[in-house]
Amino acid sequence: MSYMLEGRTGAWEVVVGLEIHAQVISQSKLFSGASATYGGAPNAHVSFVDAGFPGMLPVINQECVAQAVRTGLGLKAEINLFSRFDRKNYFYADLPNGYQISQFAHPIVGTGIVEIELQDGTLKNIGITRLHLEQDAGKSMHDQHASKSVIDLNRAGVALMEIVSEPDIRSPEEAGAYLRKIRQIVRYLGTCDGNMEEGSMRADVNVSVRKPGEAFRTRCEIKNVNSVRFVMHAVEAEALRQIEVWESGGEVVQETRLYDPSKGETRSMRSKEDAHDYRYFPEPDLLPLILEQEFVDALAAKLPELPDEKRRRFCEEYGIPFYDAGVLVADQATADFYETVAKGRDGKLTANWMSGDFFAAMNRSGKSIENPPVSAADLGALLDLISDKTINGRIAKDVFEEMVETGKAPAAIVEEKGLRQVTDTGAIDAAVTKVLEANQDKVAEYKSGKDKLFGFFVGQVMKAMAGKGNPALVNEAVKKQLG
Amino acid sequence: MSIFDLTIAEAGKKLAAKEISAVELTSAYNDAVTALNPRLNAYITVTPELALTQAKAADARIAAGQAGPLTGIPLAMKDLFCTEGVRTTAASKILEPFIPPYESTVSAQLLAAGAVILGKANLDEFAMGSSNITSGYGPVENPWKRNGSDAKLVPGGSSGGSAAAVSARLALGATGTDTGGSIRQPAAFTGLAGIKPTYGRCSRYGIVAFASSLDQAEPMARNVEDCAILLNAMAGFDTKDSTSAERAVPDFTKALTKGVKGLRIGIPAEYRLEGTNPEILALWDKGIEWLKAQGAEIVEISLPHTKYGLAVYYIVAPAEASSNLARYDGVRFGARVDGVDLIDMYERTRAAGFGTEVKRRIMIGTYVLSHGYYDAYYLKAQKVRNLILRDFTNAFDKVDAILTPTAPSAAFGLGEKMDDPVTMYLNDVFTVPASLAGVPAMSVPAGLNAEGLPLGLQVIGKHFDEETVFAVSAAIERAAGFSALPDVRAK
Repeated sequence: MSYMLEGRTGAWEVVVGLEIHAQVISQSKLFSGASATYGGAPNAHVSFVDAGFPGMLPVINQECVAQAVRTGLGLKAEINLFSRFDRKNYFYADLPNGYQISQFAHPIVGTGIVEIELQDGTLKNIGITRLHLEQDAGKSMHDQHASKSVIDLNRAGVALMEIVSEPDIRSPEEAGAYLRKIRQIVRYLGTCDGNMEEGSMRADVNVSVRKPGEAFRTRCEIKNVNSVRFVMHAVEAEALRQIEVWESGGEVVQETRLYDPSKGETRSMRSKEDAHDYRYFPEPDLLPLILEQEFVDALAAKLPELPDEKRRRFCEEYGIPFYDAGVLVADQATADFYETVAKGRDGKLTANWMSGDFFAAMNRSGKSIENPPVSAADLGALLDLISDKTINGRIAKDVFEEMVETGKAPAAIVEEKGLRQVTDTGAIDAAVTKVLEANQDKVAEYKSGKDKLFGFFVGQVMKAMAGKGNPALVNEAVKKQLG
Repeated sequence: MSIFDLTIAEAGKKLAAKEISAVELTSAYNDAVTALNPRLNAYITVTPELALTQAKAADARIAAGQAGPLTGIPLAMKDLFCTEGVRTTAASKILEPFIPPYESTVSAQLLAAGAVILGKANLDEFAMGSSNITSGYGPVENPWKRNGSDAKLVPGGSSGGSAAAVSARLALGATGTDTGGSIRQPAAFTGLAGIKPTYGRCSRYGIVAFASSLDQAEPMARNVEDCAILLNAMAGFDTKDSTSAERAVPDFTKALTKGVKGLRIGIPAEYRLEGTNPEILALWDKGIEWLKAQGAEIVEISLPHTKYGLAVYYIVAPAEASSNLARYDGVRFGARVDGVDLIDMYERTRAAGFGTEVKRRIMIGTYVLSHGYYDAYYLKAQKVRNLILRDFTNAFDKVDAILTPTAPSAAFGLGEKMDDPVTMYLNDVFTVPASLAGVPAMSVPAGLNAEGLPLGLQVIGKHFDEETVFAVSAAIERAAGFSALPDVRAK
């Protein structure tokens, strides 16, 4: 059932489109040689070009262009071999030139498609309208001095990709899923780190509401939302506000709004009347950006496997369920870790261990996939001990905990603690006989029809064997002796 | 013969032969500047000590046998070129305190060639003007006088300070920039030669921008040969300017003696504007005869969109300027007038820092780019600009170069043509089309009018064919035998 908001006059559909600003991973800025790395003392990464000094000219950074093309390829989008930069003119203290160099009329990437997955497993395509390259602005800080604002231009001129979606999103959940999917793709591609807390990825959210079947109504743009959760909240809060406006006989006016997470509401930032007239015109300091098809092809050839493809391959190659594969490909490092362990082993067993004990240990110890609680090689070795029946699954869990604790190799732990699985049927039979003798009353109950007690006997045998009995053999022996 | 009678080529030879030293030459020019600049106001900033230091280095280089044709040659640098450690104002109050921490590519190349910089030449504020009266540092006086009159005349603009300096012999040559005629028109007004090379021939890096798609650096000197020597050093591909052309720079001096035999010279009918001064038309006819006499073939051509040139120029140039000048906001460099908040500071800073003509062009430019007007003005202007370019491309299928007058009149009086800006804009009518098309064009002094003021002819060439422009200009120069000197000059 699709997402609807109930108003006094009936159900309303929510229509959302996102403009995601993703900071490009590159050594230097889009048009200057200054470092594009995050951090550093204020105004330490600023060239005269970034600071808009007289006579300074922009020179395009080819790596940023390549990153935009990679991203476009990752979004299954058309790459425009001809694109052009324009100036977007407005005054602000952290915009040194008084204009932002952006791509207005001719973006480097055209239409594409992104597949999102909802919680119930539904898959949906969201259209990409375009992706264009532009410069970031600097940072104004108003809380550093009693009467003055201070400016940090480290970020000024860093390359941004603005990824614009079609208004295909119909719920907060879809908005969140879309944003996460874009973040996953750019992280896979290595074109943006996707860190929303640091501001290297942020979203402008366009929201409108309508009665089912209607044409689009007026939309409002919520600027600069900086987390997935806030985007989802902002969509809902803004949709509810608009429904209230329409239902009380008013009219939603097109405007730019801000989301206030502390109050969970949006508020007006500037109306259409105060909207900037950006006076776009072609940037005369730069020639049009002409790409060779070979350049694009070379980038396409070296593109990493993307999450959707990887997920489908994992299902086929390792025989694991679609859902599990989705968890494993959530990020590149986890997927790589999985593949390192699963290569030449039981893919399902590997998947179970990773989504079970491994993730649990990782979360518990505050570690990460880059700095895992147990190395891929050690986890693999542990699975090998299970597969070759050196230990059973029950013991393996203990060994795993020991590995997390001590960092020792699984084989060493098994040897040290004598945890080898007992497959000697003589020893197993003896243990079974002992247990049955000690529980004659239960045996009688079992024989009179209380089948459930079978598990009890197995458990007692395993206990007597300190957990080391081969479970299949123990089962078999219990069954045999009970007749 | 005075030391001031030497051209760059002649002075270079004497320096190489150690007949004179760079220090001697520079000192003479420093003294001339000290004596005459207070009157002519050709320089905004003079750098006599720096010039002497450079001259000493030049002498050392000459002694070491490592001199080039510009080593030890004293030049004026238009104050639009950023010069490291030397104040650069663009003739605007808003840049009064600005000392660039970097050197423009063109000035760096001249310094590397051993040139000596006497100071920063006056100009119209941000190069916006045709008479050098919009400078925030006062107007420049043309060293030339009408016969029997002491009335002050304008040197043309925007490179008026460069023109006055070279003409009055306060420099052997100068750099200028040309956006719509800013060097050809002042060259014509002061009896000098000046070439606007092909757009992309010289780097714009470090030149305070007026209109980026039109601005070009260029040399101004007493004759065509000196311009060629200067352009040799100024031109070249620069990775710091994406619009500079990645192509080899020929030795332009080699083109001077090529002659015009067999060259087809186009005469555009559309430049024979109604009401044009008959003296100008007569000089044009003379130029045609000179070239014919030297073996050129004269071809009537049509540049049908010429009449839209000025209108297009006065949309495109202010549009780009309105954006280029947004950076002068008082935040990071230059002058600042404090205000109650950011917007107030912007408004006060820009109100105080910019002059009337700059404000007018910012307003025009902002208007033509604004929502609802962009298509009618800016976009249409760009389309017409393409048609003007096509006019030239078509013409150059039939001819090798085009000959026209440089300006519709000789130098006019300070205070004349001030009633409305359009009258002033008409000065650029013959120079603007070549700027819009990006083709090279040179003004060469060709004669005097009845009042004894110099007049120039303009030679326009194909993209990156400055060599033919030089060849034709040199032919006119030889035939014209222009030798008149201005009244006010170092002797």
